[in-house]
Amino acid sequence: MLTFTLRRLLLAIPTLLFISLIIFLLVDLAPGSPMSEIPLTVPPEVRQKMIEALGADQPVFVRYILWLRQFFWVEPATLMDGWFGSHLAGDEQRILSWQSRSPVFTVIGQRIPQTLTVIGTAYLVGIMIAMPIGIYSAYRQYSAFDQLGTLVAMIGFSVPTFFTGTLFIIIFAVWLGWFPTKYDTTLEVTDWASFILQLKQMAMPVMVLGLANAAAISRYMRSSMLENMGQDYVRTARAKGMTERVVVLKHVLRNSLIPVVTVIALGIPSIFGGAIITENLFGVNGIGAALIGAIHANDLPMVQTLAFIFAVLIVLFNLIADVLYGLLDPRIRYE
Amino acid sequence: MADGAAPVLDVRGLTTVFHTRQGEIHAVNSVSFSLKRGEVLGVVGESGSGKSVTMMSLVGLLPAPPAEVRAGEVLLGTSDLLKMNAQGLSDVRGAKVGFVFQDPMTSLNPVFTVENQICEPLIRHLGMTKQQARARAVELLDLVGIPDAAKRVKSYPHQFSGGMRQRVMIAIALACEPDILIADEPTTALDVTIQAQILELMKDLRQKLGMAIIWITHDLGVIAGIADRVMVMYGGQVVEHAPVGEIFHNPQHPYTRALLRTIPKITGQREKRLSVIEGQPPIMTDAPRACAFRARCAHRFDRCEAENPLRRTLDSLPLGIGHDVACHWSPEGADA
Repeated sequence: MLTFTLRRLLLAIPTLLFISLIIFLLVDLAPGSPMSEIPLTVPPEVRQKMIEALGADQPVFVRYILWLRQFFWVEPATLMDGWFGSHLAGDEQRILSWQSRSPVFTVIGQRIPQTLTVIGTAYLVGIMIAMPIGIYSAYRQYSAFDQLGTLVAMIGFSVPTFFTGTLFIIIFAVWLGWFPTKYDTTLEVTDWASFILQLKQMAMPVMVLGLANAAAISRYMRSSMLENMGQDYVRTARAKGMTERVVVLKHVLRNSLIPVVTVIALGIPSIFGGAIITENLFGVNGIGAALIGAIHANDLPMVQTLAFIFAVLIVLFNLIADVLYGLLDPRIRYE
Repeated sequence: MADGAAPVLDVRGLTTVFHTRQGEIHAVNSVSFSLKRGEVLGVVGESGSGKSVTMMSLVGLLPAPPAEVRAGEVLLGTSDLLKMNAQGLSDVRGAKVGFVFQDPMTSLNPVFTVENQICEPLIRHLGMTKQQARARAVELLDLVGIPDAAKRVKSYPHQFSGGMRQRVMIAIALACEPDILIADEPTTALDVTIQAQILELMKDLRQKLGMAIIWITHDLGVIAGIADRVMVMYGGQVVEHAPVGEIFHNPQHPYTRALLRTIPKITGQREKRLSVIEGQPPIMTDAPRACAFRARCAHRFDRCEAENPLRRTLDSLPLGIGHDVACHWSPEGADA
């Protein structure tokens, strides 16, 4: 397993380099100027100076190599310096956002907690709702509960989050007044009252995203359970006199979890990617909002860096999913 | 086999139907048989003749719905299994009635160790602690002839060959020393040399443990080697029942005779073609009102169309002990 993991990690290097090149070039090909946010009153020669100062006048390959160096050396070194007080990075240039002209990773560091709290919670809530629904729907296939589950899943699948989000705002914020319409990023949890406030403002985005996630995962869970329910070993378990509880929650579930866990692991990078629509709708100032803002402002370094981070996470969680598969299924051994 | 002893299992008039979209399928029609302590009852018939369904009906192993055990009595000792609730039946399964299924490749759970799977019934039915169960699991693997049992017990099913997996299945079935072992074509999925090994093992275990065995098969050679009595099934009914010698030397029912003719001979002149029974076994969409075998029977006459034959004894012994047959035709006078 260890050799497998190491080999996969090594293989990931050329993969990621190739992805980074594609991302960099594609984003660079987009029309626009780093000065698009600068007022028109700024004279052209000053603009030119600013472009030169940002290094945006250099040829694309020079910028690519510099960016790679910054991404893989300067930024990790800066991070280490921050943790251990060392001086690895020296005074080398970090990746700068064209829009805010502060380091891209500083912006990401500010945004990621909002995203992880809201989107991460939504993912967890989605899984916790989906599992029991999936298991019970499969156990009582075609029952009223199963039909209802199918209907709700269908709605969760097919109704977009901007619709459910707006609907929730109208019902729970406007009519009932239970939750605030906007997520307040500046709220700090210091005591019980502020914690309750935080829960309240998280409730709607978490519900909206949780429903969408639960819809997908409960379907996976259900079909995986159904596939295993008819297997011969289930009959063996019954023939041994195991109670239905043990038959379903031990024998069937353990086998059914193998593909579902993989699907869940593969979905985790999307948490970091943020949920652009939901974040915008509720004013969650997370990564998704940062990405959209950067695209609007033609902030190439920000877009390139974020896109590449998503690529790294996807490659990483693919590997994690494979390792999990090997751990859960004794028949699979990576040599 | 102690004659006259009370049967360990007594089945009377067992009837099972399946509810399908096309209507009811009468899979088991008033089947009666009994089993004495330590006895081996062979159950033969084509695929679809209701052998497995009959045995699964006994202990509630059929999924309900679509299956429904509609009538009958299944007396295990003094208690009627058909009157028991799900909880009661699960107490019986594994403890008093053990099962070995056809395909050892799929009958074991792939994600648990063999130890885990053998320990389950021990802990559930005998109230053993984990340690006791583990020790017993090693003994059981040893009993069914798996070498190096102490080490192998930690392995997963995929690390065993087909024959070895079937031995594991037998170990699980015998874990709680059941009164009855139901072996549902336990050797069908194995190659011939392994079949012989498993057969020898079962004979040996029966000597050692003294449980009664119901052996379902469509291999008459296997039956000749292991069974004391034979029950021939067709269309969900018992068509002939006799001690094993009688079945082979004095078969009465045209179906039994036809089955015996299909055994290829390895001596003498090589036949051009293997003999077969023409036609298909019937799908019983209704309770039988005529003989189920009539469409394929060479001896059929008017009465076969009008009336489903009941089992009648051919000797003075009561039904289900001696030789009985469910056929209107009798071969006396006719050539065998």
